[in-house]
Amino acid sequence: MSDWVEACAADDIDEEDVMRFDHGGRTFAIYRSPDDEYFATDGLCTHEKVHLADGLVMDDVIECPKHNGRFNYKTGAARGAPACVNLKTYPVKVDAGKVLVQIG
Amino acid sequence: MTAAPSRRDYSLIGRDAKLAVENGLSAAEWYHTDVSRKQMKELMQRSDGPAIRDTAIWLAALIASGAGGAWFWGSWWCVPFFFVYGVLYGSSTDSRWHECGHGTAFRTQWMNDAVYQIACFMIMRNPVTWRWSHTRHHTDTIIVGRDPEISVMRPPDLVRALLGFVGVLDAWHAMSDMLRNAAGNISAAEKTFIPEQEQGRAIRIARIWTAIYAVTIALALYSGSFLPLMLVGLPRLYGAWHHVMVGLLQHGGLADNVIDHRLNSRTVYMNPISRFIYWNMNYHVEHHMFPMVPYHALPRLHELIKHDLPAPTPSILAGYREMIPVFLRQLRNEDYFLKRELPPTARPYREEFHGDAVAAAAE
Repeated sequence: MSDWVEACAADDIDEEDVMRFDHGGRTFAIYRSPDDEYFATDGLCTHEKVHLADGLVMDDVIECPKHNGRFNYKTGAARGAPACVNLKTYPVKVDAGKVLVQIG
Repeated sequence: MTAAPSRRDYSLIGRDAKLAVENGLSAAEWYHTDVSRKQMKELMQRSDGPAIRDTAIWLAALIASGAGGAWFWGSWWCVPFFFVYGVLYGSSTDSRWHECGHGTAFRTQWMNDAVYQIACFMIMRNPVTWRWSHTRHHTDTIIVGRDPEISVMRPPDLVRALLGFVGVLDAWHAMSDMLRNAAGNISAAEKTFIPEQEQGRAIRIARIWTAIYAVTIALALYSGSFLPLMLVGLPRLYGAWHHVMVGLLQHGGLADNVIDHRLNSRTVYMNPISRFIYWNMNYHVEHHMFPMVPYHALPRLHELIKHDLPAPTPSILAGYREMIPVFLRQLRNEDYFLKRELPPTARPYREEFHGDAVAAAAE
C-alpha cells in the first residue's frame, strides 16, 4: 500500500474548484466539490495532455480548458468527446486541515 | 488570379504534416496572456440565460422569415424574407455549431447538443467529423498539414474564396462527403482526426441526412416547386455570404506555422447585428487563446487582455482593406503575411519560435 502524500491545505482550494499538485515527476488535480468533499485524479486530460487544473469545475464535472473534454472527477469517467479515456482517480482524505492523497 | 504551385503541403497525411510533428509545431504549448485564476473562473462560468434568449430570437426569426418567404412565394415580396431566412439558416448556424460544439453556449449540456445537431445539419457539417476537425483546429491552429480548417491556403485560390460567398464549393464538398460517409466510407484524412470508435456515428448521421435531403427533393419534384429546397438545403448557398465574410477575417493574411494566436488570428470590431449572427466570434484571438470562455463573456475577456494583443481591426471593411492586398501579394510570394504590431504594454512575440515565419513578413 502506498503512502499518503500531503497535497495542500484544505483551504487552498475554493469550493467547486480544482488545484494542480505535482509530486514525484507526476502531476495531479485535486478537487473540492460544491458539498465540500475532496477528490484527486491524474492532472492531465486523457485527450491531449492539457492541465485540468486550468479548467472549470461544474458540480461533479471537470472540463478541460482546451477542448471541452469532460470527466466526472469523482469517478474519473469520461463524459463524451473529445474525452474518450477515463481519468485515473486516487483516494483522498483530510487530516488536520491538510489534503492527503494516496498515490499508487 | 493564378499563382505558382504551393510549396506548402496542406494534406493531413503529407510531408508538412510529418514535419510539423517532427518540429514540435503540433500539440505545442501556445502563448497565453496572463489572467488570474479567479478572473478566468469568472469568465468561464456557464449560464443558460444568454443562449436561451439568443436561440429563441434566432428560431423565431427563422420561422417568421421562412413562413413569410413561403407565403409570398411566386412574387418578389418573398425576396427580403428569404434574404433574412438565408442568413439565419446558412450563416448564423456557423457560429451556433461552433459555440455549442465547444460546449460553452449553454450551461445545460443537452441544450448545447440539441442546437449543435440542428446547426450542423443546416451548415452541412457532419457533427462527428467537425467536432473532431475543430478539436484539431484548436490544437494546431493554422499549422500546415495539421489544421483541417484552413480556409485560405497559400498561395490563395481567390476564385475559390469568392465562390465561398455563395456556398457552391462548400455545399458540393459537403454533399459529396455526406454521400461518401453514408456509403460507409471514412477517408484517410478523416481517419487522422476522427477516433475509430466515433467513425460509426459519422456514418449513421450521414445516412439520416441523406434521407432528409431525399425526402426534400422528392417533395420538390412531387409539388413541382423549388419551395421545399428554398427552405431546406439551398439556404446554405444563398445565405452563406455573411459567415464567409466574417469567417475569412479570422485568420486570413496572417501567419501560419506559429504558436502564438496573436500572430495568426484577428479580432475585429463589428456591428451588433453581425455580432448576433456571429455570436461574438469576432473576438477571435481571445477565443483561440481561451476557448472555454463562452461567447457572451468574450467582450469582457477582450477588455481584460487587450493590452497584450495587437490593436483590433476597427471594422469588417478595414479587415478586407488589410487582408486583400496580402492575398494579392501572396500570389507572387506565398511566404508573405501580415505581422501586426503589438502595443508597448504587450509581451513581445517569441521570435525564437517564429523566426522563419516572422522574417518573411514585410510588416
